[in-house]
Amino acid sequence: MSLSTSKEAGRPTRRGARPAPVKTAGPRPRSRKPAFTVRRGLAIAGFMAPAVLFVAVFTYYPMVSGSQMAFRNWNLNDLTDTSWVGIRNFQAIFRDPVFYTVLDNTLIWVVASLVPQLVIGFAIALWLRRRFRFRGLYQALVFFPWAISGFLIGILFRWMFNSEFGVVNDLLSKAGLIDEPVPWLAEPKTAMAAVVIANIWYGVTFFAIMILAALQSIPDELYEAAELDGAGKVRTLFQVTIPYIRATLALTVLLRVIWIFNFPDIIFGMTGGGPSNETHIVTTWMITITQQGDYGKASALGLVVVALLMVFSVFYLMATREKKGARS
Amino acid sequence: MIRKESTAGRVTRVAFLTLWLVITVFPLYWITITSFKAPGDIFAFPIAYWPKNFSLENYSGLFGKARFGDYLSNSLIVATVAGTVATAISVLSAYVLARFEFRSKSALLMAALVTQMIPSFIALGPLYMMMTQLNLVDNRLGLILVYIAVCIPFSTVMLRGFFENIPDALEEAAMIDGCSRFGALFRVLLPVMKPGIVAAFIFNFVNCWNELFLSVTLMNSDANKTIPTALNGFISSFNIDWGSMSAAAVLTIVPTMVLFAFASRHIVQGLTSGAVKG
Repeated sequence: MSLSTSKEAGRPTRRGARPAPVKTAGPRPRSRKPAFTVRRGLAIAGFMAPAVLFVAVFTYYPMVSGSQMAFRNWNLNDLTDTSWVGIRNFQAIFRDPVFYTVLDNTLIWVVASLVPQLVIGFAIALWLRRRFRFRGLYQALVFFPWAISGFLIGILFRWMFNSEFGVVNDLLSKAGLIDEPVPWLAEPKTAMAAVVIANIWYGVTFFAIMILAALQSIPDELYEAAELDGAGKVRTLFQVTIPYIRATLALTVLLRVIWIFNFPDIIFGMTGGGPSNETHIVTTWMITITQQGDYGKASALGLVVVALLMVFSVFYLMATREKKGARS
Repeated sequence: MIRKESTAGRVTRVAFLTLWLVITVFPLYWITITSFKAPGDIFAFPIAYWPKNFSLENYSGLFGKARFGDYLSNSLIVATVAGTVATAISVLSAYVLARFEFRSKSALLMAALVTQMIPSFIALGPLYMMMTQLNLVDNRLGLILVYIAVCIPFSTVMLRGFFENIPDALEEAAMIDGCSRFGALFRVLLPVMKPGIVAAFIFNFVNCWNELFLSVTLMNSDANKTIPTALNGFISSFNIDWGSMSAAAVLTIVPTMVLFAFASRHIVQGLTSGAVKG
């Protein structure tokens, strides 16, 4: 390989964002789909092998064997009898009153976190579209919650919501909004509110980033046309902006629902599911059950989660696709 | 591009963005301030928003009382090794998934997606038993192997996005010049991919650095704890020592923030490219 060619070839990539000059190189119909050769097959297999091997052994194998544990009597405290018990673990879950508190909480946790994240994130993205001097710095600063683990965020907020020495109570009483300290994490309702607030704080950025990227893909002509038509700000938002980025929005919301559903970290660090199980969501409860050694019951709960998420995803995808069809 | 902004609109925008910045930064400010208060001042009224006297007592306590040095080096070793290996493996798989067409491709991509959907906690029990049989419980190597597997799916998808942004013409030119495909990957593609690879590494490193549940499950002796596991130990006792806790939290957050500051632009690009295109 000669140096000069690598330089020549290197140039267009620097402008990866503008692929136009590369495309003019001529029509290139699927040149990377040659006939099957043993060499090519071996290359693909060889390159994929480490990734497949690792994920198969350390992720899929435990997941699959975890799933079959759901139908066994599998308790770490007594491993003498690990026989098949059919659906008894599932019955144990559905009979457990905590399960219904947990379901309620999970619903609150997902909806009450997601909606404000979406709304605030959308607003920030809209406002960040306009260039200003420190926009890059601003984005970096607002992005930083993503570098912190959910567990640590739980701890940060646990300290701020501390009833005696917490800064939240101090600020609220300084503002004259409360007369005496609120025992945030000791009362079920306020504890749930507190963990949701922490999660909103954490998740807004994700929406802001995704939506901003989508907004930047909207061609200016659309806005110009809307302005010529005399559409106001609100109308432009609902009839130009939102329809254009709908696919991204729908996908981001779905990803976030699954993610928040499976995200015990903040609650784990902040309340540990307390007071008296009142802030458990499905996954924190599952961890508690695992720590108690009842792998059978925990796995059964895990399968319930998977089933719930799959049903939700299917309905969600159907709902969002239908609308797309209706529009065209 | 966007219509002219009215004064009222501008004021709202600046006010809102400033407010959100304050909200975002405040918790970090607060934990930092707490960590520099003398242990007695943390629980003193009125609550001080700026410490009267800065004290490093909480930090020195961490390295004296708790074996924080050990936790720090455990976390550093595990996250560096796992992050590096996972990134290297993902470069290979991402390259194949971006540049070749083959039958099982969509199945492999789907398999990567599924790992993100299924709660990993279902695997905690069986994983523990498997690692016991392999004699890898309470062993840094064991944790590293598991973390590699955890990192691979997402970083493969992320790197695939970066590969796809690079035109094929680049490798083709190199191959016409007599490079093998392998040579083209290493001598031509990887240098161009450097920002993406660094971003993927940082993303993996930070995820391993922050990971709690797997390490709580697999590491049980004090000498082998990673930082999040140690922090979790601080709270399981009935009273939380907020002095040590805040100092430990700051020491955990600062390295990841520095790394993210370097790569945030590329990480954002990696996160968004897939979703916006799809």
